[in-house]
Amino acid sequence: MTNPSLDSERTFAQAAVAGAGMAAGEAGDGNLVYETGLEVEVRSQWTFARRRFFRHRLAVLSLFVLIVVLGAGLLAKWVAPYPYDGIDLENAGVGPTFDSWHLFGTDLLGRDYFSRVIYGIQTSEKVAFLVAFLAVAIGTVVGAAAGYYGRWVDNALMRFTDLVLTLPGLAVLLTAAAFLGHGSQYRVAIILSLLFWTALARIVRGQFLSLREKEYVDAAKAAGAGDLRIMFRHMLPNCLGPIIVFATLTVGIAILTEAALSYLGFGILPPTPALGLLIAQGQDVSTDLWWLVLFPGLTIVLIVLCINFVGDGLRDALDPTQRIRA
Amino acid sequence: MLTYILRRILYSIPVLIAASFLIFTAVTAVGDPLAELKLNPLASKQTIELVRERKHLDEPIPVQYVYWVQDALTNGFGTPLLVNEPIWDDLKRVIPHTLALVVSAELIALLFGVSIGVYSAIRQYSVADYAGTTLSFLGFAMPVFWLALMLQIAFTNLFLAWNVRIFYTSGLSSVDPGGGLHWLLDRAQHLAIPVMCLAVLQIAVYSRYMRASLLEVVHSDYVRTARAKGLSEGRVTMRHAVRNALIPVVTLSALSFGGLIGGAIITESIFQLDGMGNYFIENLLSQDVYPVMAWLMITATMIVLFNLIADILYGYLDPRVRYD
Repeated sequence: MTNPSLDSERTFAQAAVAGAGMAAGEAGDGNLVYETGLEVEVRSQWTFARRRFFRHRLAVLSLFVLIVVLGAGLLAKWVAPYPYDGIDLENAGVGPTFDSWHLFGTDLLGRDYFSRVIYGIQTSEKVAFLVAFLAVAIGTVVGAAAGYYGRWVDNALMRFTDLVLTLPGLAVLLTAAAFLGHGSQYRVAIILSLLFWTALARIVRGQFLSLREKEYVDAAKAAGAGDLRIMFRHMLPNCLGPIIVFATLTVGIAILTEAALSYLGFGILPPTPALGLLIAQGQDVSTDLWWLVLFPGLTIVLIVLCINFVGDGLRDALDPTQRIRA
Repeated sequence: MLTYILRRILYSIPVLIAASFLIFTAVTAVGDPLAELKLNPLASKQTIELVRERKHLDEPIPVQYVYWVQDALTNGFGTPLLVNEPIWDDLKRVIPHTLALVVSAELIALLFGVSIGVYSAIRQYSVADYAGTTLSFLGFAMPVFWLALMLQIAFTNLFLAWNVRIFYTSGLSSVDPGGGLHWLLDRAQHLAIPVMCLAVLQIAVYSRYMRASLLEVVHSDYVRTARAKGLSEGRVTMRHAVRNALIPVVTLSALSFGGLIGGAIITESIFQLDGMGNYFIENLLSQDVYPVMAWLMITATMIVLFNLIADILYGYLDPRVRYD
């Protein structure tokens, strides 16, 4: 991984040599060069944020691990050594071994758990990213509307989120899954996002309440911009930081929650392999075949741990003033 | 203060009414209460008609809602679909079990969480601090049901291999637990692992909160004053700093307690504990909406109640909080 802070921290002396004699204008690399020969690099907020993030070693390492693990899930078809439903009765109930690459062992039907876990990652990450996407979309729109328009929109939203908070989250999800139907990845994702958007709506609302008073909003209004343009072109980019952090952490929470739902039998249904489901299927014989429970669980821990570290790094990088979790 | 409490109680009433209406409409409008019954080959047409009659299922939803509230208030939440005993009778049996589980988990979590947090804060950036941080991050990332299963596997195998029974891995008590102290010990052996599983996440949360809140307090002026007047370091930390730093943790624990009562679902169903969570899952599996709604209503009430307690506690512990 390249370190962007190195190439962007060219000294003025170097820049002076490079840019001597050039008139004020844009240099080839997009930097501003003044007549005196000083090159001033254009640094956006994002440049600073990127640099702060890459200084966070644990977050960078976690990002790397995540790319490998989630990438393996995405490319499961090519990465997994066996198909997820390939039955091989001669190798049934084998513990973790390097022999014929049953790294995570096999179950009583001889299905290779390493491959099943990789396919499980695929299902879980699909659901989790869809949840994060939907929750961000709903939460942003509702929060923006509440914060921008205020009054009854705001009141209705806040009362509704208060109400949702009086119900135990997991129980509501389970009830919704039981009576709305579950099983398909999309249904599970939609049910999860129905509950997850409220937290973001509150964050965005808070940001919009204060951004609304900013002068550039008045300026945009005076220039004749419509409400939607002001909300999404002018104000939204200024609260992207918390939204990105929320989206990242939501992926982690969604993976944990989906695993719990699938484990209890109210999420993804077999034969689709999902991490929580693999644990549920392994538990009946787990006293002897402990690897069927151990490895899918460890995979979840690894993924969520990395996501939380990346989320922490992003929070430090994108909005240094805010600490959501101590 | 008293008017504040009264006002908060009065404010909770519309919240609970709204919550009950939301629960009722969401659950009955979405799922046909008779769906499962109609699929059951053993249920005759008469039975279905009888249930439809008894539950007033031909009436419009608002009328059904009024009947339901009436049942909830005067008749122990009415009856499940097929059994003729009030739901409350079942709940009366399972609630104490859940309370025993949750209260002990909460106490243990507070004890460990606060100690770890305090130690991490006074020895900031030490090895122990980093270890605490790592462990709490692990706690946040760990699925509770997985931890529960791993502990269950470990202790079952321990028993099978060496015939050592340290903790039981299923159920609330043995077939013949004995009486008095024997009964108590037996119950403790059964509850130990579930309590541990429930406590782990809470320990992670509390230790992080305690650490952050103590770090904030130790830099305040009155702590410097306490040091300046020559108090010992231990007295400064324990008597002056920790007491104030505890305030957010105490309110947080009151807040999460309400949620925990409903949230022991996974743990209870793994360890087959006859508690509220297990009861909820069983009725969800048989798609009986009435116990599910009663359960949701009781948990919602608990959460509202503990939010109220958290607010009052906060005002009591921190006199600077103004009510107006």
